[in-house]
Amino acid sequence: MPVNPETVGRTYGPSEAYEVTRIKIREFADAVDARSGAHFYPDVARAEGYSDVVAPTTFAVVIAQRAEFHVVVDPEVGVDFSKVVHADERFTHHRPLVAGDVIQATVTIESITQRAGISMVTTRAELTDVDGAPVTTVLSTLAVREDA
Amino acid sequence: MSDETLPAFASLNVGDEVATREVEFSRDTLVRYAAASGDFNPIHYNDAFAQSVGLDGVIAHGMLTMGVGASVVEEWAGAGNLVDFQVRFTRPIAVPALGSSVVRIVAVVGALDHDVKQARIDVTVTVEGAKVLVKAQALVDCA
Repeated sequence: MPVNPETVGRTYGPSEAYEVTRIKIREFADAVDARSGAHFYPDVARAEGYSDVVAPTTFAVVIAQRAEFHVVVDPEVGVDFSKVVHADERFTHHRPLVAGDVIQATVTIESITQRAGISMVTTRAELTDVDGAPVTTVLSTLAVREDA
Repeated sequence: MSDETLPAFASLNVGDEVATREVEFSRDTLVRYAAASGDFNPIHYNDAFAQSVGLDGVIAHGMLTMGVGASVVEEWAGAGNLVDFQVRFTRPIAVPALGSSVVRIVAVVGALDHDVKQARIDVTVTVEGAKVLVKAQALVDCA
């Protein structure tokens, strides 16, 4: 079954709150070979003007992908996950993510375009803090093969 | 953003190479990223599964490649100083069961917006000379 373009505009969330922790930031920084001390040591982060250790640039994917999962498993959208390739990704940070942040994500299906047997499904995840202020916008595009 | 660590805008010129790094992707690297990110798609650790969906074998997470690219720029720009980073994934990185694939990252000043003191850093990521990302661009506000 092909991806259903009529689901454009559908919104999921806000998700269960995600608490950003020092240990998770350290684990992620190690995994992506991030080396700045401000990812690891609160005193270094404070000296650079942050309230606590700062997340690497792409850390927000941990929160965004949990939220985007709702799109992939929505039967009315019709994404066959075994035929998915990640096509594009973009992070726009309205402010840096730091340990102690409690973040919620709301995901919207931004667009679905179909050509040559491939559906391009673009989602926009808006990450907000406990005050509802924007933290990060994550745009993600999956290419879904529609072969029989 | 941290003013303490930001590069001096006036010192930048289009074409400057600001950072470069070689990183080895092994199966260990992928398992570590899977755990850190929560992305447990078996195409990133199970050859038999990867082959069942038409791949030659295990491939790296695109987000691992993007994350490592970001780390190279972020070490230069200062932690938390990339206000925007986008990539397009063009070629998967095959990762052997033993040994590793060598991923080379080069970050160059692509454009300078003098009005708002914003630098665009273009990131080239290659494996054995072939580009695995295109339009990989980071924005750093140096104001």
